[in-house]
Amino acid sequence: MSNNVPAELRYTTSHEWVRKNADGTVTIGITDHAQHALGDLVFAETPESGRAVAAGEACAVVESVKAASDVYAPIAGTIVAGNDTLADAPEKINTDPYGEGWLWTLKPAAAKDVDALLDAGGYQKFLAESAE
Amino acid sequence: MAFIPHTDDDVRQMLATIGVERIEDLFDEIPPALRAAPLTGIPPAASEMEIGRLMSERAARDGRPLSFIGAGAYEHHIPAAVWAIVTRGEIYSAYTPYQAEASQGTLQTIYEYQTMLASLTGMEVSNASLYDGASGLAEACLMAVRANRRSKSLRILMPRAVNPTYRKCVQAIAGNQNLRFEEIGFDPASGQTAFDAVERHAGSDVTAIVIQQPNFFGTLEDVDRLTDWGHKQGALVIAVVNPTSLALLKPPGEWGERGVDIVVGEGQPLGVPLAAGGPYFGFMTTRMEHVRQMPGRIVGRTLDLDGRPGFTLTLQAREQHIRRGKATSNICTNQGLLMSAATIYLAIVGPEGLERVASASMARTAELVAALTKIKGVREAFTTPRFHEALLKLDRPVGPVLDELARHGIAGGYDASADFPELGPTLLVCATETKTSGDIATYAAALGTVLGTARAA
Repeated sequence: MSNNVPAELRYTTSHEWVRKNADGTVTIGITDHAQHALGDLVFAETPESGRAVAAGEACAVVESVKAASDVYAPIAGTIVAGNDTLADAPEKINTDPYGEGWLWTLKPAAAKDVDALLDAGGYQKFLAESAE
Repeated sequence: MAFIPHTDDDVRQMLATIGVERIEDLFDEIPPALRAAPLTGIPPAASEMEIGRLMSERAARDGRPLSFIGAGAYEHHIPAAVWAIVTRGEIYSAYTPYQAEASQGTLQTIYEYQTMLASLTGMEVSNASLYDGASGLAEACLMAVRANRRSKSLRILMPRAVNPTYRKCVQAIAGNQNLRFEEIGFDPASGQTAFDAVERHAGSDVTAIVIQQPNFFGTLEDVDRLTDWGHKQGALVIAVVNPTSLALLKPPGEWGERGVDIVVGEGQPLGVPLAAGGPYFGFMTTRMEHVRQMPGRIVGRTLDLDGRPGFTLTLQAREQHIRRGKATSNICTNQGLLMSAATIYLAIVGPEGLERVASASMARTAELVAALTKIKGVREAFTTPRFHEALLKLDRPVGPVLDELARHGIAGGYDASADFPELGPTLLVCATETKTSGDIATYAAALGTVLGTARAA
């Protein structure tokens, strides 16, 4: 079971991770658990720059050989950019979900919203409970 | 007779094995309130012999008039080999090929069909077919809305010169999904979509523009100008085309600077009989950048675990059995039988044959128009270049004229008066390669008689 959960990131119960960047933006992707559950990724549709999104709004779609899943905005904000490199290499989401497999960057509506998300321990607890 | 291979003994043995007394007991989970009651109001069943006789009597009432009706469905010669092959059991009753390892024949046929249609329309990828041209246009409009992420207006420019039945169908299917269709008028002198009516929308948020070529009147539109205009506005361009005409006309993939975005049309002219209006099939092709928004089945070619080539359904994550409410469409099938007939038709006639059919149809229609317009009271509505249909203006209501022609054994054409009242009494006529000069002379003589005037010398 893929359980890599980096300590410095924040998480949601819909399996997104959030990294705070130095310039005040955040980077968002799906967790190791999610990529493992989806299987081989074949396509990712990322949001367009400038779009305003609410917390919980579907922003992106990741498609594997067996499923197509929505990815939700963990917090409200404005989309800065989607990861264009995924068009030719969607498998990065499988091989490096927290690094090169990032999905989009966001300018948060409120910086403190990130702190209200699950921390690594909270997400791990959530995964353990869901597995029962 | 029950068409089930099990004898009563077989059934008793199976029930005993699973510990059930009667078959009815297997349904005991269904609450009594939900069980189906017997159907009252349905007459008693008729025997096979009685039904056969009833159907023969009804069929005998069908006439076989000399038909000059087009208006979306066209009578073409279908080589005998097409239906000799398509009525084989393996093709005639094939089901959707979910299980690739058991359906390679069906999948290969669909793949070849897709290849032919993509090639014919000048586009990059095709689906496995849709129900018909009209619903295909509705799907294209919905697809354009999904694919054009920059546009938020959901406004689609729909020329009046697009088939009126298609426009009604599109409104019925897509109108309830917040799409708005802006009507674009045509030039009453040329029969072409009026460019100044299109230009009025410049600068506004247009999601897509629809161009039918040839249009409902059979008239050729200025497709390059309309396509480039649409793209300049940030709109997607949807082409509605006649597949036979593509043997002669520039394919939509080459319209304007960069070609259109989505192509749809009615596939019936390719080896499908008129059959009182259906079943027909719709085709849809597009570019790879939009393939994930395309509805319907798609077959792909791939390699199996041992590296051998094979075919399979692909890109299924668009479809409703995976995506549910977010699927590209509710359609989860194709018109397998008719699509197979079209594939065999195209394989038999080939590009040269299709060109000959198209040329002959154009020539016969020109001959027909020349013959009919010699009659006092009949004139061409438009003199602009056309494919194999023409709109004629009559000097009196068209309905009674068609009724009289029917008594002469002639289906004279489509009465377009109700669809375009501003043009007065109009008749849309079509002659394909199936009509001879003799047939045309027969029609002209009959029309001359009906209109009560002799043909001008």
